[in-house]
Amino acid sequence: MNFEFSADQMQLKDIARKFLEKEESVKRARNVLEGEASYDEDLWSQIIEMGFTATSIPEEYGGLGLGYLELCVIAEELGRSLAPTPFSSSVYLASEAVLNFGDDSTKQVYLPALAAGEKIGAFAHTESNTSPTESNIECSFSDGTLSGTKIAVVDGDIAGFYIVTAKNDSSVGLYLVDASSDGVDITAQPTLDPSRSHAAVTFNQAKATELKSDWSDVLNLLDRAAVLFSFEQLGGAEACMDMAKDYAMGRYAFGRSIASFQAIKHKLADMFIAVELARSNCYYGAWALSTDAPELPTAAATCRVSASQAYHECSKENIQTHGGMGFTWEFDCHLYYRRCRQLAANIGSQAIWKDKLISSLERANQI
Amino acid sequence: MDFNDTPEEANFRKEAFEWLKDNAELKEGPKDGWRAASEEEGLKQVKVWQKKLHDGGWACLHWPKTFGGRESSPIERVIWGQEVSKFKVPGGYLEIGQGMAGPVMMMYATEDQKERYLPPMSTGEEIWCQLFSEPAAGSDVAGIKTKAELDGDTWTVNGQKVWTSGAHFSDYGILVTRSDPSAPKHKGLTFFFVDMKSPGIEVKPIKQISGGANFNEVYFTDVKIPDSQRLGAVGDGWKVSLTTLMNERLAVGDASGPDFQEAFSLARGQDLNGKLAIENDSVRDKLADWYCQQSGLKFAKYRNISALSRGETPGPQSSITKIVSGNKLQEIANFGMDMLDSAGILRTDEEGAEQSMYQYGFYGAAGIRIAGGTDEILKNIISEQVLGMPQDMRADKGLPFNEIPTGNK
Repeated sequence: MNFEFSADQMQLKDIARKFLEKEESVKRARNVLEGEASYDEDLWSQIIEMGFTATSIPEEYGGLGLGYLELCVIAEELGRSLAPTPFSSSVYLASEAVLNFGDDSTKQVYLPALAAGEKIGAFAHTESNTSPTESNIECSFSDGTLSGTKIAVVDGDIAGFYIVTAKNDSSVGLYLVDASSDGVDITAQPTLDPSRSHAAVTFNQAKATELKSDWSDVLNLLDRAAVLFSFEQLGGAEACMDMAKDYAMGRYAFGRSIASFQAIKHKLADMFIAVELARSNCYYGAWALSTDAPELPTAAATCRVSASQAYHECSKENIQTHGGMGFTWEFDCHLYYRRCRQLAANIGSQAIWKDKLISSLERANQI
Repeated sequence: MDFNDTPEEANFRKEAFEWLKDNAELKEGPKDGWRAASEEEGLKQVKVWQKKLHDGGWACLHWPKTFGGRESSPIERVIWGQEVSKFKVPGGYLEIGQGMAGPVMMMYATEDQKERYLPPMSTGEEIWCQLFSEPAAGSDVAGIKTKAELDGDTWTVNGQKVWTSGAHFSDYGILVTRSDPSAPKHKGLTFFFVDMKSPGIEVKPIKQISGGANFNEVYFTDVKIPDSQRLGAVGDGWKVSLTTLMNERLAVGDASGPDFQEAFSLARGQDLNGKLAIENDSVRDKLADWYCQQSGLKFAKYRNISALSRGETPGPQSSITKIVSGNKLQEIANFGMDMLDSAGILRTDEEGAEQSMYQYGFYGAAGIRIAGGTDEILKNIISEQVLGMPQDMRADKGLPFNEIPTGNK
């Protein structure tokens, strides 16, 4: 058994980490949060230059043709550094949708542009204050056009095209709509994590390309993306644990480092436990994603739930460990607290993924 | 990243399975397993099975061959564990000797002693126990008071040990004592092995909250131990103890009892307010949490095994296993009884009754969260040894042991 990333993959992770540290990715996340820009264009272009957007796109479509394990280690570092770029929308969701469900001509047009960062893709799925299902999606496709409204589309204001879930005669499937098409109306939507932009997108008989997919493919796309999002959450959780520890070590009260109090030590031990469980489950997800294992639905839900829990635990207790300073705008704690919530919401809530997990176990263990 | 055996691992697995198939009975289902009618009967069967293992070359996998082991790699031990779990074979009684006393003897005993004591430990002919905890020294195990005094080349030991598993059927024990009460706490300890049949040793069972008695109090009254049975230097007893304490934390490991699979099966067959329990959202929520914990522990173990295979030592990270599984067991046990409603707390002697398993977990979990390092001590270990946080300020630091304040509990 070899249940670790390879030396090459660990080296790639190290390169990504050092690059994002050198570029002060966390500081850039703060700048986006405080400023007018939707994302950090300079960091994004450097990420493209590093080849990260091309990682798992096959060589025949202009990618590097590396596997998903490579993408997982990059995702962890992007999460750790709060990278304020459309990476997750464009790579985990849009690229994957085109790659898995597009016909060859769609792939020929979009994949090289995604790999080279010439196009940003976004996933338009949510329509209301309730989780999208096969029966409640109102957006519809007929005669080559798509109509309806999507909200909270991450990177929706900067995307060049959308992967949209919409109903057709038989099911709900995936459609590709260019942002520049007639009938596409985009309105930016502020959120509690302004370091990642969101938009409402209305389609009014906009020209759409059909991706060969039904509702089970939508779920499959979400499962695949969940593994990668989990790695971002894992990276963020670990960053919070490290921040809390570093702060506690240097902060003195009652004549001693607060890191010597059991109340703080046990808090940190709880964070460590959550992070270790999440990391181990993320590796399971990475294995399932990279080998196209039939266990993917179970593995994806497991790592998604586990990583969401770890990030929640670590981001809130990081603030608590910092005391009053953790509640200030000046300290970075809130950047992680916000991103934790944004990532937890992004592809469906904890309750939904827990339900998916139990459902997939029910299917796998038919009575 | 893969779960597949290497060709060598696959060969080992096949060899293990073939041997087991010829020497033991396959389990008929997940709930099938070995059970003994009494402790006495169990002990007898374990000894027979262990002899068989030894003669077949499958005893003490991690031990050197000279002492009756197999010199297996860590990954082979894991594979053996997976294969043996498919069979109905006796277990228990021998782990403390083979897992804790054996390694300490290998490190500190003389060559003659190793030749005398290790082979019968591996064949199961002689059983060992560990005499560490005392009434006033649990988490603070270095605070033991059992006194050892040297006269010529013989030590005289007086005091009391507690929570000693298997003392009543053990032939030998490893023992930590205080040889110098005027030295600071960790400095005045000396380590021995002792014949449990020595005059002056009295073993009394402790009745646990479950009503059972798996542990003992052991009283020492003027027990004579030859200096040749000292392990490590006089005053170095703490260093010797640490070797076994880390082994203990690894050995205690997973809490045994109902886990996710049992709770999941129960919920799928159990009526709850007119619907199947599995359809209840709060039930699904809990089950998902337990599944994630169980899965996280499983794959953390795989990561550890991978590290071992690369020749790295497992870190104190393994401390999380006991914390997570002990608490999970406590919750699942309560959940199981809850599912059976008021009947969940009824005692029954019926073989395989659902409530018995959960009731057993209910008691067992309360114990496992304490045994071999409490949750709190393990969290200290994680924060200090993994995360590098400072030790707690200690009120006894540097004080001679006999001047350390003591309470009345």
